[in-house]
Amino acid sequence: MRQATQTLRRLRSPLAQTRYQLKVLHQPIETHAFPSFADTLRQHGKYPLKRAKLEILQLNLGKLCNQTCRHCHVDAGPDRKDEVTSKEILQRALELIRIHQIPTVDLTGGAPEMNPHFRWFVEQCSAICPHIIDRCNLTIITAGKQYRDLPQFFARHGLHIVSSLPHYSKNRTDAQRGQGVFEASIEALRMLNDVGYGQPDSNLQLDLVFNPTGAFLPSQQCTLERVYKDKLLRKYGIRFNRLIVITNMPINRFLDYLLQTGQYEQYMQTLIEAFNPATVDGLMCRNTLSVSWDGYLYDCDFNQMLDLKINHPSPHLLDIDIDSLEGLPIALHQACYGCTAGAGSSCSGEIAS
Amino acid sequence: MANDGYFNPEDLKRFGEITRYQQTLGRKFFDYYREVFKEGALTVREKALIALAVAHVVQCPYCIDAYTEECLKNGADEEEMMEAIHVAAAIRSGASLVFGVQMINHIEKKTM
Repeated sequence: MRQATQTLRRLRSPLAQTRYQLKVLHQPIETHAFPSFADTLRQHGKYPLKRAKLEILQLNLGKLCNQTCRHCHVDAGPDRKDEVTSKEILQRALELIRIHQIPTVDLTGGAPEMNPHFRWFVEQCSAICPHIIDRCNLTIITAGKQYRDLPQFFARHGLHIVSSLPHYSKNRTDAQRGQGVFEASIEALRMLNDVGYGQPDSNLQLDLVFNPTGAFLPSQQCTLERVYKDKLLRKYGIRFNRLIVITNMPINRFLDYLLQTGQYEQYMQTLIEAFNPATVDGLMCRNTLSVSWDGYLYDCDFNQMLDLKINHPSPHLLDIDIDSLEGLPIALHQACYGCTAGAGSSCSGEIAS
Repeated sequence: MANDGYFNPEDLKRFGEITRYQQTLGRKFFDYYREVFKEGALTVREKALIALAVAHVVQCPYCIDAYTEECLKNGADEEEMMEAIHVAAAIRSGASLVFGVQMINHIEKKTM
């Protein structure tokens, strides 16, 4: 498997600094090229956007990943070995999940399975939480002997697997995720199918994620799902449950791609023109708490990558009072247009079909 | 606004302006257009691939840009899109070649 690119951090890109990214995102407001996201919400009577009841605790277990995808909003990669969640943070997370009976825990990364405490955490968490999502990049399953039994481990703990496969064609997938990723992903999907994932008579849920392999918005989830199901079954004998359609966010490596190819302004214009007020109430930042590898708290994964913490005096997992979160105003920025474009976009796919 | 060439990619965004001077007909066209591209007996994706193929036959650069993007949005890959163009090209070349029969007929009529 060949890496599609290198991390912005390794390349010493100015975009590796979140402050620089925010400057790039906010400059067109100052020049009046684009309306601010907050103003757009105000125009539709949706400002300020406030947090609702907490339903999903999303833990980013680290930026370490075996892949370096060209669109990654985390800027994850094999060189980010020093940014993985500690057992202390995970222990605190377990305590909060138990006390507050948080219904869904969403594990993401990087490759969450590369965190040395991953299996321990899942074992503990599955005893107290009814729904655990693992955002698995698929290729980790075939990345080494120590990972090949992951499908059995996932199945034993009833994890809900959500995996990126940006296209059912090798060319499109490899162009975004690296040479050889498609074939490794197909092998991993077969292994997941073999233990019962995605099978019609099984409770083991396997969802795939489509995100555009370029600077365009995705189409309707239901249409794409039909095509994916047909193509993957006919050509590879693979089954899965749902296709989740996600818009690429102009953050980190996708922002870099847009700037490098001269498509940034046009893409932002597309997102702004596609603003759909019907998506606002269902935005994931309202019911999700995103936790960074070092325990800081954010309204969503994207805010985490821009280092825009929750509007709270103690924005850290070790200090937070979960009950004080509801009603807090959500931190907004221009990349939020990515979640409100068209049918909307969230970690669970479309918001308003 | 000013452009020296005949085809300005920015003009595609101004397509709606064709309602100017003839609002009734212009609106009817856009209503019809929207209705045609809705999911029906054919999927949105199939319609996008047909539109891409037709765009090449009518050689409309605006339509080629628009329906290349529409095909990508709907999950079509390069292979499928190129194949769609070949379908259009085959019909187009076939439509020329079939007149070869007319030529043959004329040759037979005119020669010994």
